[in-house]
Amino acid sequence: MLAWTIYITFIGVLVLMLLPRDNARAARIVALLTAIAGCVVAFAGAIQQANPGEVTTIVKASWIPAIGANYYLAADGISLVLVVLTGLAAVSGILFSWNIEKRTKEFFAFYLTLIGGVYGVFLSFDLLLLFVFYELTIIPKYFLIARWGSTRKEYGAMKLALYSFVGSHLVLIGMIAAWVVAKGQLGHASLDLIELSRVHFSIGFQHWVFPLVFIGFAILAGMWPFHTWAPTGHVAAPTAGSMLLAGVVMKLGAYGCLRVAMLMFPEGVREWQWAVAALAVAGIVYGAGVALVQRDFKFVIGYSSVSHMGFVLLGLATLNSIGLTGAVLQMFSHGIIAGLLFGVVGRMVYDRTHTRDFNDLEKMNVGKALPFAGVTFVIAGVASMGLPGFSGFIAELQVLMGAWAVFPKMTILAGVGILVGVAYTLRAVQKGFYSDVPPAPIDHDHPLEPVSVPERFGAVMLIGASLVIGLFPGLLMNWIEPCFKSPLFARLLGGGAQ
Amino acid sequence: MNYLQLLQLSAPEAVVTLTVLVVLGVDLTVLRGKSLAARFNVGALLSLLGCATAALLAFTRHTDANLFNGLLVVSPASDFVKVAILVLTVFTVLISASGKFTDHVGEYLSLILLGTIGLMFLVSTEDLLMIFLALEFASLTLYILTAFNKHNARSAEAALKYFLFGGMSAAFLLFGFSLLYGISGSTNLRDIAAAIAGKGLDPLLLVALVMTVIGFGFKVAAVPFHLWAPDAYDGAPTPSAAFIGSGSKVASFYVLAQIFTLGFVGAQGSAVWHGYVAGWTPTVAVVAALSMVLGNLTAIVQSGVKRLLAYSAIAHAGYMLLGVLGNNQLSASGMMFYVITYALTTIGAFGVVAVVEDATGGDAIANFNGLSKRAPGLALCLMVFLLSLGGIPPLAGFIGKFFLFSAVVDTAKNLGLLWLVILAIAMSAVSFYYYLRVLKAAYVEDAAADAPAIRVPLLSFLALALLALLVILFGVAPGLLTQYL
Amino acid sequence: MNHWLTILTLVPFLGGILVAGLGSERKNLVRSLSLATSLLGLGGAACMWLHFNAAEGGLQFVEKFAWVPSLGIDYYLGVDGLGALMVLLTAMVTPLAILASWNVEDRPHVFHALVLWLQAGLFGTFTALNFFHWFLFWELGLIPAFFLIKLWGGPRRGPAATQFFIYTMVGSVALLLSFIALRLATGSFDFIELAGLAKSGVLTAKLQAAFGWKNIALIVFFGAFLGFAVKVPVIPFHTWLPAAYSEAPSPVTMLLTGVMSKMGVYGFLRILLPIFPDQIRQVLTPLLWLAVATIVLSACAAFAQKDLKRMLAYSSINHLGYCLLAMFAATAVVTGVNHSDLQKAAALDGALLQMFNHGLTASALFLFLSLLEKRTGGLRGLDDFGGIRKVVPVFTGLMGISLFSSLGLPGLNGFVGEFLIFKGVFPLAPWAAAISTIGILVTAIFLLTLIQRVFCGPLNERWAKLPDLTTAERLLVLPSIALMFVLGIWPQFILGVVDATVVKLVQQLNF
Repeated sequence: MLAWTIYITFIGVLVLMLLPRDNARAARIVALLTAIAGCVVAFAGAIQQANPGEVTTIVKASWIPAIGANYYLAADGISLVLVVLTGLAAVSGILFSWNIEKRTKEFFAFYLTLIGGVYGVFLSFDLLLLFVFYELTIIPKYFLIARWGSTRKEYGAMKLALYSFVGSHLVLIGMIAAWVVAKGQLGHASLDLIELSRVHFSIGFQHWVFPLVFIGFAILAGMWPFHTWAPTGHVAAPTAGSMLLAGVVMKLGAYGCLRVAMLMFPEGVREWQWAVAALAVAGIVYGAGVALVQRDFKFVIGYSSVSHMGFVLLGLATLNSIGLTGAVLQMFSHGIIAGLLFGVVGRMVYDRTHTRDFNDLEKMNVGKALPFAGVTFVIAGVASMGLPGFSGFIAELQVLMGAWAVFPKMTILAGVGILVGVAYTLRAVQKGFYSDVPPAPIDHDHPLEPVSVPERFGAVMLIGASLVIGLFPGLLMNWIEPCFKSPLFARLLGGGAQ
Repeated sequence: MNYLQLLQLSAPEAVVTLTVLVVLGVDLTVLRGKSLAARFNVGALLSLLGCATAALLAFTRHTDANLFNGLLVVSPASDFVKVAILVLTVFTVLISASGKFTDHVGEYLSLILLGTIGLMFLVSTEDLLMIFLALEFASLTLYILTAFNKHNARSAEAALKYFLFGGMSAAFLLFGFSLLYGISGSTNLRDIAAAIAGKGLDPLLLVALVMTVIGFGFKVAAVPFHLWAPDAYDGAPTPSAAFIGSGSKVASFYVLAQIFTLGFVGAQGSAVWHGYVAGWTPTVAVVAALSMVLGNLTAIVQSGVKRLLAYSAIAHAGYMLLGVLGNNQLSASGMMFYVITYALTTIGAFGVVAVVEDATGGDAIANFNGLSKRAPGLALCLMVFLLSLGGIPPLAGFIGKFFLFSAVVDTAKNLGLLWLVILAIAMSAVSFYYYLRVLKAAYVEDAAADAPAIRVPLLSFLALALLALLVILFGVAPGLLTQYL
Repeated sequence: MNHWLTILTLVPFLGGILVAGLGSERKNLVRSLSLATSLLGLGGAACMWLHFNAAEGGLQFVEKFAWVPSLGIDYYLGVDGLGALMVLLTAMVTPLAILASWNVEDRPHVFHALVLWLQAGLFGTFTALNFFHWFLFWELGLIPAFFLIKLWGGPRRGPAATQFFIYTMVGSVALLLSFIALRLATGSFDFIELAGLAKSGVLTAKLQAAFGWKNIALIVFFGAFLGFAVKVPVIPFHTWLPAAYSEAPSPVTMLLTGVMSKMGVYGFLRILLPIFPDQIRQVLTPLLWLAVATIVLSACAAFAQKDLKRMLAYSSINHLGYCLLAMFAATAVVTGVNHSDLQKAAALDGALLQMFNHGLTASALFLFLSLLEKRTGGLRGLDDFGGIRKVVPVFTGLMGISLFSSLGLPGLNGFVGEFLIFKGVFPLAPWAAAISTIGILVTAIFLLTLIQRVFCGPLNERWAKLPDLTTAERLLVLPSIALMFVLGIWPQFILGVVDATVVKLVQQLNF
């Protein structure tokens, strides 16, 4: 069933391509229906899965026997969480890009290709298949930004594409090396992730392959100091683009770190655990600090994404089940919240005011002109700073709990990062929406167009998701936690603290 | 051995030869005075018919035969390569059908077909002499094809350059071959292998080996013997360039692998990291590494798409040489997969360039601006081809790379060849940048406001669409191709 | 009755949503609905107060079920005397604040919704017994407060609101990290369970075992302490307060000082004292010094103020300082004092009473200030007035009563609380109590100065036409004034309910 998320999305791309070129409305509707169908299937499939702790096979067919590659789609609880996230992000992204008038059809075709690739990554349990879907997302990202973006779009797009490509090639090197070694041990070629995770790679091998693969994926997760694509990419991207970048694409990286790098090289992780944690904390603090001094509204959110993804990586570095659960939950939470923040800033504010400079926004009193945008940003900001009741809190709480047990000092530093997070969010709220600067005379001839219905739907949907998970984290944790108790993760967690 | 059997075994070649005569005859008689397009279309369809028949013949017989002590060898593997060459020829002919560079249609098409015959013989032999003859036969047609645009001085210049370099390479090759003959007393590859086996690497053999590498290095445009390639690709009529980059490449690599893996089996040495042993593998490894690095880095700064594709061809030659290095069944089939899909992709890319060149009068990257609006289908095809060249999944180029690279790493103990593969992967990341530059022009930049839509000739478009589909298909289901390799 | 506390918390929350949904056009409907909601809350709280079994003293109205089992998070509600008292106070102050803000014209629907959400946050904080949702409400109270200051405050509201928010957040993060450490060491987020572990003495050991640092328990204590100390506030963590109180619109200041400041003290009583008695004892002397400093310095600072609101803000710090003094003294292990348990109980009783009294009196005082400001167009300097008792005798009289209550005049409520505190603290920590009396003295001086400068003396001609309290306004302040008298004469109304809880708390501290 879950495999249909991928198929439906790609069918949507084909349908879009067949549409007449000028019918923007039809393109939007087809895209929205496709995304909704994907989202519904994701939900239904996730709920249907009886035992989220186990890897449940969806499809397994021989693909390239010579190198042991299979068309192997499967899902465990972690995949389920992220698939559902993708569904939500896809729908809301389309709602927030309802106003795309320029080559609408192509826009949504690229958009859905990206979504299809993301679904594919989260459901692949064959290393090659995962990699195929992973790279498939790079091209639509590039064109979405370069074609429909704003500030320095071509630079941002190229930077993002090259970073992604370099990252994925690091992974490719590790993948080939691991394939060869595993072939020697297993006696047959295999790219099956589960099978590979049982192979005992020698310590010396893991010592260098793990960082290679981990960094390869972590580049896309925005790990400091390889994060620099993230702010420029986010800023350059069109609203839906940045929503997806922050919402799901960064999760691809983190997911790859967990599913591939860590599962396959558990001893390697243990050896590099401290380094991962240190980089994660550096990212948390650095991202937050830099966000504090930005003048461009989107840069603030862009850097905040780096900071929040630091929590995901910190959670991964804990190597205990609570920290890992927190990391996965944070992936979900950040996907929802960052998507919402970018939606507000990019669509609700920037598309209307045509500026993201705080110095200009201060004079516009946007909070009064667009009350809905103001309130939504406040809620999203509050959720983003990790206030209890929203998904961010429960996620960061678990990450911190996991981290306290292993790296108490770094945890305190991460706490400082949270504080700075509060500060930059407040600053953004003040400067962007409720400033004290006397407003410039309001241009009554061109009032800001009110927030449209699709935007409202999208915003309410995302806020609702964050609240529901914040108040009933069990909904997702019942999917995530059993995974870490399963034999698949036994080797990874076995030697970790607690 | 009777002559009937010989005719049977060389039936595909015979059919193509007949086609040459038919195409030439029809063009000179029936079509005299008809429009250029009509002559090209009829000629292309006739060639298509002939090649298809030949391909069918080669594809459906499952024969193993060895005539005249390896002079003519027919095996399912060589037959499949022939089929591939024929398919590539058909595509080359189809994309040239819209050409306006010559009015000697019959001659042009028959030269392509003649070149094909040379290539077909090249892959069905295990004898040095025959290899040399076939290679030179094919090369001669390529020289002429390069020079075929009489309105353009650069075409002639390119052909001359190509010819001079080609002649030199022939000299090197002949020198190498003669030394081999001197060492072993035979021109048959297997006899040579038997003769040099176990004797170690004497200086004479080393010279022969280096000469052979140099000779083929010229043919496949590997660094540092690549200097003719950019000019030839750039100056030649675009379909000719496509043919140089596709059919001739497939045949050259097949035979190169034959020579090294059959003939030099006792002298491969080792290119393993920290485990260097003199022999042909280190030599090839160096050439491969140089090609990958120089080809990719130089391609970055090109402003003409044809030159860019030329440098990318040099880089890809480097990747393919890795397959020769791998020296076992898996890497050989990986290499053939890579070469064939690369050839398909390259024809496609050149086909798109040919259309754009006809419509806009140039092949600079800027001429591609706004292509997605002026010709959406064409732009989509271009995207597929270039992304495949850049190694983006799920296109054939990616699977080829993965296949090839993992096979190569697998051949040496303790990941010894990983250094080469890391270099290859790093360079492939670089290559992505310049392919993206072209795509950026096509998809992101806007054309001049008054630029009209580009009309794509039907035959070319069908060919390009089919090629794009094949590239996707072989990426998604590589098994369709690998089962024959 | 099983979900009484949940319902009580939900009422203002849902009311707030309803009010926000009404939009800014129907202003009177918004105000009435908001008032009705808060009165409903008051009714609910009163019911709870009446049904509270005073003799038992333990947790009542308990709701408990598993929420996130894997993290040890339960949904765990319940009130003892302390919680019940605070809920009642919140329920009483909120309608007053809503009435006082009847004249807010700018986006009244948002204003009232925020006030109601603030109330919900406070209810939640005072009833939660599991750190997880306690923290949720603790933070939830912060957001409305921030926006109330930020959007409706005085001229320098921006920096004031930010300062308020950041300070509190620093405390919150420290608190959060401390509780994560506790959770790691004990596997529990449950206040009651943690207190039990502390009483049996294993908490410190567990913390040390989990982290391997010698002083980890003390560090964890400081983290939690910081969280509450900022909220109370304890000097030197107080600098956000004068700005926030004086910039906030007066009705909001009523809530800030009336109930939000109690969150800090409540945190000390509910969390710090039961869970970290050992650590408090370790650093008892510095803590007592802090309490003393808070009392004395804030009184002196109030004396130096020229702005009435700032003056009352500092006086607020001063009053809560007494509660701190009582609490720290009550943890002391003393020898040679007869009936030390009784003294401790007296001190804590006094502290609880003081919390309630201060909530009552301070909110009434800020209410008077808001009425005054309404008349003067925002003018509220100490020297801007003079002799207005002649023009506004009723106002003068009623505000005078509140000022005297704040000053601790016998017969009014303030006296009983402070008396009990000093009665308890003197035997336990004589030097601290002795120095603290300076605070009382200075308080008397500056409050009398206030009366002198504002109400007495020659009439400032500018205010010759100052209107006196209207009937509606008199009715508004009357309940508070009445309660001041009632509690002054009959403190048993509260002490009767909280005493059993206090005795339990003292037992908890003695081991």
